[in-house]
Amino acid sequence: MAQAAIPQEHKWWSGGKSPFNVSYGKLMMWYFLMSDTFTFGAFLISYGTIRFSQEYWPNPNHVFNSFPFAGHEANLPLAFVSLMTFILIISSVTMVLAVHAGHNMDKKGVQKYMLLTILGGLAFLGCQAWEWTHLLTGAHHVLIDGQIQELNTTVSHNPWGPQVMHNGELVGTPGPVAFGGYFFGITGFHGFHVFSGVVINIIMYIMTTRDVFHNRGHYEMIEKAGLYWHFVDLVWVFVFLCFYLI
Amino acid sequence: MSHEAVMHAHAAVGHEEHHGHHHHESFISKYIFSQDHKMISKQFLFTGIVWAILGGLMSVLFRLQLGYPNETFPILEDLLGKWAKGGKIQPEFYYALVTMHGTVLVFFVLTAGLSGTFSNLLIPLQCGARDMASPFLNMLSYWFFFAASIVMISSFFVETGAASGGWTSYPPLSAIGDFSEGSKAGMDCWLISMALFIVSSLLGGLNYIATILNMRTKGLSMTKLPLTIWAFFFTAVLGVLSFPVLLSGAILLLFDRHLGTSFYLSDVFVSKTQTALPNEGGSAILYQHLFWFLGHPEVYIILLPAMGMASEIISTNSRKPIFGYMAMVGSLFAICILAFLVWAHHMFVTGLNPFLGAAFVLLTLLIAVPSAIKVFNWLTTLWKGNIRFTPAMLFAIGFVSLFISGGLTGIYLGNSALDYQLHDTYFVVAHFHIVMGVASMFGMFAGIYHWFPKMYGRYLNHTLGYIHFWVTMIGAYMIFWPMHYQGLAGAPRRYYDISNWHFLKGFDGLNQFISTVALIVFATQILFVFNYFFSMFRGRKLKNPNPWGSNTLEWTTPINPGHGNWPGEIPEVHRWAYDYSKDGREFIPQTEPIGAGESGHH
Ligand code: HEM
Ligand SMILES: [Cu+2]
Repeated sequence: MAQAAIPQEHKWWSGGKSPFNVSYGKLMMWYFLMSDTFTFGAFLISYGTIRFSQEYWPNPNHVFNSFPFAGHEANLPLAFVSLMTFILIISSVTMVLAVHAGHNMDKKGVQKYMLLTILGGLAFLGCQAWEWTHLLTGAHHVLIDGQIQELNTTVSHNPWGPQVMHNGELVGTPGPVAFGGYFFGITGFHGFHVFSGVVINIIMYIMTTRDVFHNRGHYEMIEKAGLYWHFVDLVWVFVFLCFYLI
Repeated sequence: MSHEAVMHAHAAVGHEEHHGHHHHESFISKYIFSQDHKMISKQFLFTGIVWAILGGLMSVLFRLQLGYPNETFPILEDLLGKWAKGGKIQPEFYYALVTMHGTVLVFFVLTAGLSGTFSNLLIPLQCGARDMASPFLNMLSYWFFFAASIVMISSFFVETGAASGGWTSYPPLSAIGDFSEGSKAGMDCWLISMALFIVSSLLGGLNYIATILNMRTKGLSMTKLPLTIWAFFFTAVLGVLSFPVLLSGAILLLFDRHLGTSFYLSDVFVSKTQTALPNEGGSAILYQHLFWFLGHPEVYIILLPAMGMASEIISTNSRKPIFGYMAMVGSLFAICILAFLVWAHHMFVTGLNPFLGAAFVLLTLLIAVPSAIKVFNWLTTLWKGNIRFTPAMLFAIGFVSLFISGGLTGIYLGNSALDYQLHDTYFVVAHFHIVMGVASMFGMFAGIYHWFPKMYGRYLNHTLGYIHFWVTMIGAYMIFWPMHYQGLAGAPRRYYDISNWHFLKGFDGLNQFISTVALIVFATQILFVFNYFFSMFRGRKLKNPNPWGSNTLEWTTPINPGHGNWPGEIPEVHRWAYDYSKDGREFIPQTEPIGAGESGHH
């Protein structure tokens, strides 16, 4: 048979091996991430269409301008969310380091960096919890039916509408309700991903500690968890872009 | 390191195979929480059959109402209680029946029942793999489907009844409980069940893709794959990329229902309670975009497996190579791409910008090209073939016939100017039942008749098979062909009673005719179910491991393969799957090396 003369390495697609030289597990993870991209994509595109069908959309610099312990008067637009983003990106870096340690079969290193990644994830979730609480409980004066009333930001109303003159003063009016719905919906869905990522990472940490991967001879599971974690991180970049920057 | 992992994965499977027969499998691990793809495939098929019977029964019930709107059937009240008060199907129940019929057949029978059964059965067997890439996730895929089924069934038993807003569940009807009984708890069941179903289909799809790409046996390059596998591959990709969008849509709908958000709602006035809802700014059309972004690929998720199996069965039983193998693969691919670009043809009358509509008309009509290529290739494969009319072959040919008839009406509907008239009439009902519903059912039947011997080591009874085929084939045309005329005349779909309109009066007799035929066809399906279970235990036993003289790998396994499929080494593949009637030989299995003096090969 003439075919046998050709070195096997050149024939990636001819069966008997993975054409991409990746395990089926990683392949499944990649396809899952593609699938999840469509889930987020659907949310973000829905958000986009609704947002641009509205006459007015709140300015994120006004909505997201507070910082824990900085007092009510502080005006620090986007400072807190920048911190959150920074934390999440750092946790991606530690994830890379954990994967790297795994390549070197360095159990101690994997443990250390997984722990840091878990902490980063938890810190991000903590920040998100604070931000949500702040929005849900923070009441603002708005003009409704000719009267000044207190309004917080929820999925069914928001105080960030256009400003009008009332008795010689500039006051806010109710803004588009879609704002809260999409904000809480999408950041919540992302937060749920972070949460499940943290759970996965904790399981990976425990398995590492119990020498499961060491005995298996490779730390591929850490790589798969890493793919997921980077994906969640990447999605946040888009969420950040769509809700805070634009 | 990843290369080692690949090797490792294979080693693990091989390992299992060597020791598999040493330890005794318990009933639970063998029949219930099985991780063997062949058993999981049977689980999908059983569940699918149960759903098909229930779904079919629902259609018989609502056809009773449509055929005999002025009559009462006291027995119905005995059976169904308040849903058929006075022996007459109540409107709420009618809508619930129609909705559930659509949901069940589209998702549970023709998606899970079809892909779940045959992707599971054939991918490892025809790719030469011991099992799926991840047998565990594969098992989970079935159990998520099972859970989805339980939730969906239970919605019939909640007090306000099952969801009743149509299988598409458009808001605002589906978003607000006050709008109808079926929009209450039944709708929540529907959404939860669909979410579980999406998880199931995702787990299954990832497995199918990974197995096809990674686990093909030595020598089985992608271009040597049987067309069944190509079809399952594209089906899985479609599912993995489109179902998540439905998930997003369903989540937003759940939020609108329970959290007071306004994703789909704006300026709603509920006449029942005389209240204006506070929701504003949402868009009901948004839901339609999200739904149909899945919904259109979904119709191909249903159709492609049937296409793949029909290709395989037609070639095998014509004793001829499939005509235009690469064109078949290419057209599957083209259909896949186009499937994502045509969803708005379901929305021509929503106020869609006509210029945008024109773009969607163009893309929609483009689908006719790959579809026609496939039809042409099936016909040319049959042409001058040495045809063996097994029941599987008849169903495969029937599939082609139905696909042609239904595809042609698609071209009518794809023109927005015609669709303004035809939308939401019985013309659409006729179109999609013929091209998708019945055609894919035929693909599924073809597959069952053809691969039953592989599943159980026995044949289905052929005489019953022939009766089943002819009654179903003729019946399906008698049911759905007249609906085109009703639709052209303007009969709206989904209505409880169209006899109120004078201009539709003339259809009374036709409706009775359709309902009667539907009943007969349904009874014939019960005959098939009987054949299935009877043959499982009593059917003629297989003596030849390759009963149809096929080339593909599944027939190189023992008659009743164990977990791991091949007792020894996995066979190596040397040729494509379609060397039929070549060099004076009737068939040449894929495992046979290319001979020295062999004429040009693939
Ligand atoms: C040349 C091919 C086809 C074209 C141009 C086409 C076009 C269309 C159009 C424009 C509609 C919308 C009708 C309306 O609601 O007013 C429609 C409905 C539908 N088509 Fe097709 N179609 C084609 C083939 C298929 C195939 C192959 C399938 C399935 C396997 C399919 C399944 C459906 C279904 C399920 C619906 C109705 C959904 C509903 O409203 O409930 N079609 N088709
Ligand atoms: Cu469509």
